[in-house]
Amino acid sequence: MAIISRGFSHRASAEDKKLPPGQYVTTDFPVLSAGPTPHLSLDKWEFTINEGDNLLRRWDWKSFLELPAQTFTVDLHCVTRWSKFGTTWEGVSVDTLLADIKTDASHALVHSYGGYTTNLPLPDLRKMQAWIAFRFEHEELAPEHGGPARLLVPHLYLWKSAKWVHGITLMQQDTPGFWERLGYHNYGDPWREQRYWSD
Amino acid sequence: MWHVGEVIALHDETATARTITLEVAGWPAHVAGQHVDVRLTAPDGYSAVRSYSIASGPSSERRVELTVERLDNGEVSPYLTQELAVGDRLELRGPIGGWFVWRTHQTEPVQLVAGGSGIVPLMSMIRSRKAAGSAAPFRLLYSVRERAAVFYRDELRALTENEDLSLTYAYTRLAPAGWPRPPGRIDPTLIANATWPSNLGPTCYVCGPTSFVEVAASLLIASGHSPERIRTERFGPTGDRK
Repeated sequence: MAIISRGFSHRASAEDKKLPPGQYVTTDFPVLSAGPTPHLSLDKWEFTINEGDNLLRRWDWKSFLELPAQTFTVDLHCVTRWSKFGTTWEGVSVDTLLADIKTDASHALVHSYGGYTTNLPLPDLRKMQAWIAFRFEHEELAPEHGGPARLLVPHLYLWKSAKWVHGITLMQQDTPGFWERLGYHNYGDPWREQRYWSD
Repeated sequence: MWHVGEVIALHDETATARTITLEVAGWPAHVAGQHVDVRLTAPDGYSAVRSYSIASGPSSERRVELTVERLDNGEVSPYLTQELAVGDRLELRGPIGGWFVWRTHQTEPVQLVAGGSGIVPLMSMIRSRKAAGSAAPFRLLYSVRERAAVFYRDELRALTENEDLSLTYAYTRLAPAGWPRPPGRIDPTLIANATWPSNLGPTCYVCGPTSFVEVAASLLIASGHSPERIRTERFGPTGDRK
């Protein structure tokens, strides 16, 4: 049973309808990262898809930019309870990256420069739900927001959208990533409010 | 899932920040650096949740202290810092977070770097160290607008006098008369003079507004600290606004 706080009231916003439970709208773009922001050189940047020791695909920055890219507008939902509506990005769909890869993997572990990891069921990276994004609001993606490139999986809480993304490991079984080992929900659906282990 | 906490004390840290002491039935022991979610529900059923760092050490039984800085356009912080009264009850969830934490079995030197209200989870670490009788050497660099904006001033003074803590204030807007360093943002000289050298292998905890954390973490790396030894907690938007 909720406790009523006398004198507390809602500051209404026109955007409330599209909000997942327990979220509020921000027009800023807060930064949340567990460590320092890496500053990566594009000369040395690469993105790989592997199955453990078996390297399946590899792109450097130049060849990555030659892939067909898309511009898309999505809402972002952070587990720390802010949501940001209508953000526009440019990136390569993960479908494009996985095209022609034959795999019976069920899950993916995404890893980043700096050591961050996050896990997802592989189907959540397919069917135009996930991108490797490198432009935000028509500008180069800033390092503190994950530049030069980050994963974007907007239908899950934003910690799944790994900044400074470096590669994807295709897995036969699920294995928890960084925050998933430290108390955050394994899947992270904002509409089901899957924030923490106990949700 | 949601705990009920009763407000048993309120204390103004500064003109805009208030410490709320709650007694929470069934509260699990927290680890220094963790935060809680606070849920407020209005008479019409609308509810809002925000996260706040825990300021207290884990020893105080079923007591949880939060220090909340008022954001003028905020929905929850004005209520918590201006309306809330002793005897009121709040809903809390947590403790939350397993990364930006200091555990009492850690023995290595610890470098704390606070920007403004980023001192709150670091104070929990300082209090935990003291309560546990830990000998881990703690050093705090506290960047703050001016003297009047310092949280926990008397307690920090006592801790430095007892040599539980080595503390350097860095004022960004207004320094006390005769202060050796003119007001300004943190810089390489300050990092060199006021933090553990990297060869001692400290774990660094940096907390504050995003722009502050970006600068502080970069300066620590430039002075030789390994990025893996720097843990950060950022709040607020990307710019300088709070």
